[in-house]
Amino acid sequence: MGKVYPDATAALAGVLRDGMVIHSGGFGLCGIPALLIEAIRASGVKDLTVVSNNAGIDDAGLGLLLKTRQIRKMVSSYVGENAEFARQYLAGELEIEFNPQGTLAERIRAGGAGIPAFFTKTGVGTDVAKGKETREFDGETYVMERGIFADLAIVHAYMADTEGNLVYRKTARNFNPMMATAAKVTVAQVEHLVRAGELDADHIHTPGIFTKRIVVCPPAYDKRIEQRTVRKHAAAAAGPDHLPR
Amino acid sequence: MPWTRDDMAARAARELQDGFYVNLGIGIPTLVANHVPTGFNVQLQSENGMLGLGPFPYEGEEDADLINAGKQTITQLPSSSFFDSAQSFGMIRGGHIDLSILGALQVGANGDLANWMIPGKMVKGMGGAMDLVAGVKRVIVLMEHTAGGKPKLLPECTLPLTGARVVDMVISDLGVFELARKGPTRLVLTELAPGVTLEDMREKTGATFEVALAKAA
Repeated sequence: MGKVYPDATAALAGVLRDGMVIHSGGFGLCGIPALLIEAIRASGVKDLTVVSNNAGIDDAGLGLLLKTRQIRKMVSSYVGENAEFARQYLAGELEIEFNPQGTLAERIRAGGAGIPAFFTKTGVGTDVAKGKETREFDGETYVMERGIFADLAIVHAYMADTEGNLVYRKTARNFNPMMATAAKVTVAQVEHLVRAGELDADHIHTPGIFTKRIVVCPPAYDKRIEQRTVRKHAAAAAGPDHLPR
Repeated sequence: MPWTRDDMAARAARELQDGFYVNLGIGIPTLVANHVPTGFNVQLQSENGMLGLGPFPYEGEEDADLINAGKQTITQLPSSSFFDSAQSFGMIRGGHIDLSILGALQVGANGDLANWMIPGKMVKGMGGAMDLVAGVKRVIVLMEHTAGGKPKLLPECTLPLTGARVVDMVISDLGVFELARKGPTRLVLTELAPGVTLEDMREKTGATFEVALAKAA
């Protein structure tokens, strides 16, 4: 049986159930698996725990699953761009576990690499470390954090081959590669699909062993931009337009 | 006259060294990029997975796959590289980034930093701030000296911490302080902005401090 499925609904068939833990890739709206999120919304599956750096915006990304109340708990580092999220959280309808971004990334990486826990200095002396085991190494204090392994990972890649080897593009890579390694089933939505052998094997980011199912984005797939910032052309440029962030 | 936001950014840029890898926070720290000394090779890191941030794109050249940690569209440079979030924070946590410049709600005289939550208000999350202050070699806070007339530089933070004893230097609109991350607490005023007196500074600072004004700023 091949790894390529005809659409997002087919690619998720048989793997969704209430109460499951889902890794969802992306940073802001960059590199999010929007097709697969829409298919999860359409499935009606609920009480989800979603691990994702952010929670989308009101009308895109995970914001769609918040609107339909399919998410019970988020594990994230920053959720500032979503009014519906704030409303549900303040009303006590949604649980949130904040993780420092690097700790979140490492927890997922560890989960996929068979490492149940690790020690980090991030968060030592803050609320994040409360109730967690700490230990001294070489005279410094570190806090123990657990790996996370999910039931399902949904990721977005730029290219895939039919073996499931994945290549990401620019900053759309972010959390996708670790998440692809850290779930019982990983489903990748990809912008381009090629035959095995057509990707340079030296340039593959996620080896095919991690990718169970693939769905190709339709030609009209819209990659949203959250904060469109531009500079003027040189003739008109005056003042500080070299703002990298 | 106290420093403007741009003056503060220019003062912070004097802490850059040729060859530095630097992470700039959102807000006033962003402006530091405009003051990198000519001839310096300074690479900016963005924690969402990029080294070598370029300027904003020209209109029509925005790329949805190319953003900074503030989610703004940016461009790449010949020196740029991309990587995943685990490697990005390995870079940060592992002490490979030379300097982090970020904002603050409060700084304690002991170097504690609070910049991620105000109890009772909507909490948006810490993002990468806790990892940055725990891992980057040197941490500079760039902030307005007071908020609503109240000092932000205090004997100790009253807000939940982002990191304990993590701040090396505070640059505000009124001057520059150096702090100690190890050993006894040390808060030392090293510069005053033009026209700011020692009395002004004492009045607007919540903590006591030593004075070692090396030179006129």
